Amino acid sequence: MNRNHDDHDNVVETHELTKRYGDRLAADRVSMTVRRGEVYGFLGPNGAGKTTTLRMILGLVGPTSGTAQVLGGPAGTAEATARIGALIEGPGFYPYLSGRDNLRVMTRYRGLPESAADEALARVDLADRGGDRFKSYSLGMKQRLGVASALMGDPDVIVLDEPTNGLDPAGMQDMRRLIVELARGGQTVLLSSHLLDEVQEICDRVGVINNGVLLRESTVAELRGAASLAVRGEPMDRTLAVAMAVAGDDGVRVDGERLLVDLAPDRAPDLVRELVAADVRVHEVSTTERTLEEVFFEMTRNELEAVR
Amino acid sequence: MSTLASARAELLRLRKWPAVWVTLGAWMALTALFGYLFNYLSVRTGDTTFSNDGASTDFLLSEILPANAPHVLIQGMPMFGGALMLVLGAIVAGNGYGWGTWKTVLTQGPSRPSVVLGSIGALTVFVIGVVVASLALCFGLSLLVAASESQTVVWPAATEIAKSLGAGLLVVEMWALIGYLLGTLARGPALSVGLGLVWALVVENLLRGVGELLGPVEAFTKVLPGTGGGSLVGAIIGTGGPDDTPGVLDVLGGGPATVVVLAYLALTPLLAGWLVTRRDVA
Repeated sequence: MNRNHDDHDNVVETHELTKRYGDRLAADRVSMTVRRGEVYGFLGPNGAGKTTTLRMILGLVGPTSGTAQVLGGPAGTAEATARIGALIEGPGFYPYLSGRDNLRVMTRYRGLPESAADEALARVDLADRGGDRFKSYSLGMKQRLGVASALMGDPDVIVLDEPTNGLDPAGMQDMRRLIVELARGGQTVLLSSHLLDEVQEICDRVGVINNGVLLRESTVAELRGAASLAVRGEPMDRTLAVAMAVAGDDGVRVDGERLLVDLAPDRAPDLVRELVAADVRVHEVSTTERTLEEVFFEMTRNELEAVR
Repeated sequence: MSTLASARAELLRLRKWPAVWVTLGAWMALTALFGYLFNYLSVRTGDTTFSNDGASTDFLLSEILPANAPHVLIQGMPMFGGALMLVLGAIVAGNGYGWGTWKTVLTQGPSRPSVVLGSIGALTVFVIGVVVASLALCFGLSLLVAASESQTVVWPAATEIAKSLGAGLLVVEMWALIGYLLGTLARGPALSVGLGLVWALVVENLLRGVGELLGPVEAFTKVLPGTGGGSLVGAIIGTGGPDDTPGVLDVLGGGPATVVVLAYLALTPLLAGWLVTRRDVA
């Protein structure tokens, strides 16, 4: 792999990046950082501002204010763009050309040997259909061709905007595997998605964006928080009292017929012993973790309440 | 370097685009039909059509012999050839916005100016190709006519051929670049082709008609692309004959007409490049 390493550990950095369309702020002072070799998940619902931000990082759209840097240089310059592979908001190819010829055209733009087109087709399992016209492709095949185009020339940074759109479950799994392999090979992947389980599964760090505002940026583990214990016992009031005695008053939440207790899983035996000692009939003690989906909805709900 | 790479990429995709060949083929077919076939039928039957009414058979025959091939080559270029090249330029630039291919191209690394220059360079290669192919077609058909009518083959002077080739190239390239600019402006082929054709085939002619009555309008019509292209061709093949071709004019002399055409050739790529460099690409 011919990767051009330099001193920049942050391969993508934006500072107060803003894009305004008339009265609407598509991106509102977004400051994000993508580090070398990680899979960064850019997470948000449809219309949150993900694609607009990515377009600014790629230089397709000029910011209203703020700056974006890619690999230490200003975003949008030929030098920066040449080191990025991108699939942005759906694949755009010539419908009358075959998949292979479309990639051959792109190899010429990139200054790559045309053999790079066949290699990229093979990586996304499109080699057999490479001779078919793009307009005859299914949505999933078009998407895979877009990813193939982004992979050509082994760029330092790969920007994939909703890459699993239109793929069947097996195709989605293959795509996720490919993204993880890219990161293992040292490439940085900036992945935009509204599929929370997808981001949770493959991303090292995430940025959560909604209504153009970057709400939070951290590792997936930090975002999900520590694991807690789910406890179900009878009687409920005595179970609650014992749990609060062990985990503290603020460490217990009622969740329907069970309690969520902020204790590390290795404290479960202590809690069970206290419950039994208090003559509580223990029906369930299990470890529970918040999913990214729960965290995401909590964050966006809090944002909504803050606005109100 | 990246301009050359862009031009190579564009040449590949244009070479494989059926719409390009259909447009260029349409021009070749028009040249064959109106330049040779209808005149030849008139010569054979003695009947005339709307386009050569009043012309003698001997005159019509002389028009389709090899000596006149350079003139036949360019006589249709100011209007019909120009209109088809405008369509070509508009689809080359405009379709990329609807298909999202400019977005894909601009994320491959080349700078925006080099992408525009490369695209215009590839378009120019096809324009040159069709003009040269049209000249070969004209010579081929005129030789067939000479053979079938037992006429002595008299070749045109090299300077005549060079003048017609040069003027033809300037005129059709001007229209192709105007189409390219319109396709870029409209971000699509439909509106740019529609507006461009209405302008080239209708509005300019109407304005020239009005211009004869209104001084300021007349001055304006003298710098229009149709006036420049038509007058440049008119300066070479002449006007006022019994078989005048629509669009061939004598409004400007050869020199001023060339200046007008060159001005469009210089300004349209600059404007297209300026637009592409400044605008957001979604």
